[in-house]
Amino acid sequence: MSGLQDLKKNLFGGTTSVGRQFGMIFTLVAIILLFEVLTDGLTLTSGNLIAVVSQYSYILILAIGMLMVIVAGHIDLSVGSVAAFVGIVVAKAIQNFDLPWPLGIALGLVVGALIGAWQGFWVAYVGVPAFIVTLAGMLLFRGGNQFIGNADTVPVPEGFRTIGAGYLPEVGPATGYNNLTLLLGLIACLAVAWREWRSRKTRQEMGAEPAPLWISGLRLAVMVGVIIFATLRFAGGRVGTSLPVSGIILIGLVLIYSFYTRNTVSGRRIYAVGGNARAAELSGVKLQRVNFFVMTNMGILAALAGMIFVARSAASGPQDGLSWELDAIAAVFIGGAAVSGGLGTVSGSIVGGLVMALLNNGLQLMGVGVDLVQMIKGLVLLFAVALDVYNKSQGRFSIIDSITRPFRRDEPPAAVPPVESPRQTDKTPAAG
Amino acid sequence: MSAAPVLLEMRSITKTFPGVKALADVNLVVREGEIHAICGENGAGKSTLMKVLSGVYPYGDYSGEIRYRGEEARFGDIRASEQAGIVIIHQELALIPGMSITENIFLGNEPRTGLAIDWKTAQRRALELMKLVGLREDPDALVKDIGVGKQQLIEIAKAFAKDVKLLILDEPTAALNESDSQQLLDLLREFKTQGITSIIISHKLNEIEAIADSITILRDGRTIETLDVKADGVNEDRIVRGMVGRDMESRFPDHTPNVGEVFFEVRDWTVRHPIATDRLVCKHANFSVRRGEVVGFAGLMGAGRTELAMSLFGRSYGTWLSGQVFKDGREIKLRTVSEAIEHGLAYVSEDRKAIGLNLLDDIKTSIVAAKPAKIARHGVIDEVAEHRVAEDYRQELRIKTPSVDEGISKLSGGNQQKVVLAKWMFSDPDLLILDEPTRGIDVGAKFEIYGIINRLAEQGKGVVVISSELPELIGLCDRIYTVFEGTITGEVARADADPERLMKQMTTTKKMPV
Repeated sequence: MSGLQDLKKNLFGGTTSVGRQFGMIFTLVAIILLFEVLTDGLTLTSGNLIAVVSQYSYILILAIGMLMVIVAGHIDLSVGSVAAFVGIVVAKAIQNFDLPWPLGIALGLVVGALIGAWQGFWVAYVGVPAFIVTLAGMLLFRGGNQFIGNADTVPVPEGFRTIGAGYLPEVGPATGYNNLTLLLGLIACLAVAWREWRSRKTRQEMGAEPAPLWISGLRLAVMVGVIIFATLRFAGGRVGTSLPVSGIILIGLVLIYSFYTRNTVSGRRIYAVGGNARAAELSGVKLQRVNFFVMTNMGILAALAGMIFVARSAASGPQDGLSWELDAIAAVFIGGAAVSGGLGTVSGSIVGGLVMALLNNGLQLMGVGVDLVQMIKGLVLLFAVALDVYNKSQGRFSIIDSITRPFRRDEPPAAVPPVESPRQTDKTPAAG
Repeated sequence: MSAAPVLLEMRSITKTFPGVKALADVNLVVREGEIHAICGENGAGKSTLMKVLSGVYPYGDYSGEIRYRGEEARFGDIRASEQAGIVIIHQELALIPGMSITENIFLGNEPRTGLAIDWKTAQRRALELMKLVGLREDPDALVKDIGVGKQQLIEIAKAFAKDVKLLILDEPTAALNESDSQQLLDLLREFKTQGITSIIISHKLNEIEAIADSITILRDGRTIETLDVKADGVNEDRIVRGMVGRDMESRFPDHTPNVGEVFFEVRDWTVRHPIATDRLVCKHANFSVRRGEVVGFAGLMGAGRTELAMSLFGRSYGTWLSGQVFKDGREIKLRTVSEAIEHGLAYVSEDRKAIGLNLLDDIKTSIVAAKPAKIARHGVIDEVAEHRVAEDYRQELRIKTPSVDEGISKLSGGNQQKVVLAKWMFSDPDLLILDEPTRGIDVGAKFEIYGIINRLAEQGKGVVVISSELPELIGLCDRIYTVFEGTITGEVARADADPERLMKQMTTTKKMPV
C-alpha cells in the first residue's frame, strides 16, 4: 500500500466505502474551488453560502430518506408530489381553520406519515414494487395537491415561514457576527475533537493500533479549520442572517440518521434487507417491518421538506416539488449508494447532494441558463456513477488512484495465494 | 493412452492479478481422447487456468504459451476459443430460466435463414443433440421447470451445438445427486469413445478416481504433478496428498461421542409445497436429537431434507399443516425465524451465497447478524464488543483474513462457511441444523469444519447434518435418518451405517422398521 493510501485511509476512518467518500469530498472541494475562481470569489461569500443552504436543505432532507429507501432496495418517485400535497394541506388547514402554525407543522408530519404508511403497506405487505407504488403516488398526490388547492397558491403565516426562511436571532454582545451561529460552531469543534478522541480510544479497546497521533491531529485540524471557516461565513453575513433554521434542521437530521443507520441494530437491518433479503429473513429480520418503516419514514421526511419549501416561498402552489425526487435520487447515487441496494451512507448522500447543489449554484452565478445547467447535471450524474462502476471493476475505489495510476507500477507480490489452513507444504518438486 | 498425440499443451502459464499471482509457471498437457482431471484446493488456480485457456483472460493478459492441435493459440475472447472447439461449462450454469430448451441450446448460435432464426432446423437439431446427451424432455419445455441434472445436460448439448473438440467441465456434479452424477460421468465416458477430449475439475475425488485417465494437481498456483491414473495406481489418498502436500491420516477428526438425553423432538411434521398445493414435501416426519449428538439426514436431492429443516426454522418454507416440536419435554412454537432463534435453533443453509450471507457485509457484521441484541445496549451497537466477538471467532475457527473488517466477498468458500458457522454459534443455539455444510469446500477446510461440528457436540449441543455425501455422514454422525420423497424411511446407528444400506433406504417408499 502506498503512503498516500495509508494517509487517506487514516484521514477518513477505516471502512469499506471510505475510498468512495474520499473521492466525493475531493470532487466537492474541487467544484467549490473551481467556481470560487470562475465567479471571482462569489461562491464562498456569506450571502451565497446562506442562500445555498436555504435553497437546497429540503433536497438534502429528502436525500436522507431516499438513501434509506434505496439501501433497502427500493425507490421513491413520489417524494416531490408528497411534499407538494402536504404543503397544500397544511397551508389550507392554517388558512381555513385558523390552525396555529406549530399545530400545522404537526399536522403535516402526521399526513406525511400516513402517506408513507399507505405506500409502505403496498410495498411491504402486498408486495407491489416500490417503483410502481410510488409512480402511482406521484400522480395521486400531485393531483391531490391541485384538487385541494384548486391549482392555486395558498399563503402561509409569518410564524410558519421560520422553518424555511428563518434565521437564528441576534443575541448577546455586538461582535459583528451572529453569536448563536458562533456558539454552534464552537460546539461543533468540540464535538469533532471529542469524536476523534473517542475513536482513538475505541480502536485501542479493539486492540488495534490507533492511527499515528500526527494523523489524528492533521485530520482534526482540517475539520476544525473547515468548521471555523464555515462558522465565520455563516455568522458574518448581513445583519439578521445566520445559519438558516432549515440548515439547522438538516444538520440535526443528518446527525440523527447517520447514527441510526450506522450504530443501531434496526438501522443495520435496512442494509441487511437491501444486501440479501432472503438471508436477512433467515437471520430473524422481519422484512415487512423494515420495508414498511423505510417507506413511512420517507413520507415523514418528504412532508418536512415540503413544509420547509412552502415556508421559504411563503405560499404553497401547484408547481411545488416538481422533479425533486430526481434530485434526491441523484444525490444518493452520486454519494455512492448501489442501485441494487445494500450500500450507501447518509453522509455520502449529503456530499452527493452538495456536489449537485454547488454545481447548480455555481453555474447560476456564472449566468448559465437553466437548460445548460440541466444538461451538465445530467452528465455529472452519469460520469460520477460510471467512474464508480469503472473503479469497482478495476478493484480500486478512488479518483485519486485513477489519476495517479499511469505513473505508478504496483509490483505484484510473489505467489502467495490464500491457503485454506496453515499446514506444512512439502517442498517436493513438481513431477511429471 | 499416453501414446495418443497431444491435443493441448499449456506451457509455463503465469497470470497475475493486482496483488496476487494466481498462476505461476503452470504446465498442462492434455492428450487426444482422454479425460483429464484437474485437482486442487480452492484458490489453487484451477478456474483461473481454465479461464486463460478459454480466452476469458485474453492473449496478452497472461504470460506463457498455449499450443492447441500443434499450433500456438492466441485466443482474444471466448468466441475465439469456441471457434477452435474449446467449450467450457461453468459451475454456475449459464442458462436463461425463462427460455425453452431449444432456445437455450442455440443461444447466441442460432441457425438462421437470412436474418430470421430458422426455428425448424433449431428444433430438429435440438432433438438430435438432446438424444446425444441422453436428455428426454420436450424441447419446448422451459429450463426453469426441469431439474438441475437435466439443466447440466442442456449445457453439454449447447457445447455440442458448437462442434466441441475439447470439453471443459468446472465442478459439473457439485449440484447433482448421485444418480444424476453417475449419468453424467457415463456420458463423459461415451464421449471419450467418440474421440472427444474432456477436462474435468472436481472436488469429488471418488468420481475423478473412477473416470479420469490422467490427473494434474495444482497447489498454490503451481503445477505439482501429473499422474497417469492406471500406470501410477492412483487412489483418493494419493490425490489428497498431492493437493494438500502431505498425507491426511484421516478424513475425519477424532471424536469420542458423549451423547446425552433426548432434548429435541419433532412429531408428525407435515408441510405442503408452497406452490404445488397437492404436494406434501414432508409427510408426518418424526425424529429426535439428543444432547451432544450429531444426527445425519441422508437422502437424494429433492427428498425433502432442506424443506423439513427450513419449515422447522420459523416456517421458512412451504405451508405448515401439522406437527409439534418439543424441546426439553415442553412444546415450543416456531412460527417465525425470530421465535426459532429465541428457542435456540440455528439453520445454516445449503446455499450460503444466495440465502446464507449478505455478501456486501464485512466479517464482523455478518457474525453478529443473527443476534445483534447480544452486542447492543438499547438498540445501539457496541462496536468494541462486536469487534471482540468477531476477533474471538476468527481465532477459534481459524478464519483466514487479515482483519474482521474485511468484506465477506473477499473470503474463499471455506472461510465464508466458517463465518456462517460463527454467525450461528454466536446466536447461542442448542440445536444447529447444518445443511450441506461442506458443499464446494476443499479437503482441508472440510476437515476443519468437521472439527467444529464435533466441538459443538462436545459442548452438549445437538447438531443435525444434512448431506448428500454418504461418506461424510457415516464419518461424522452418531445416527442417520434416511429420507425419501418427504418421508423419513429409517434410522441407522453409526455402527450399522454403510453406504449400501443407506442408499437402499434413501430410495425406497417403504418405511423400514425403526
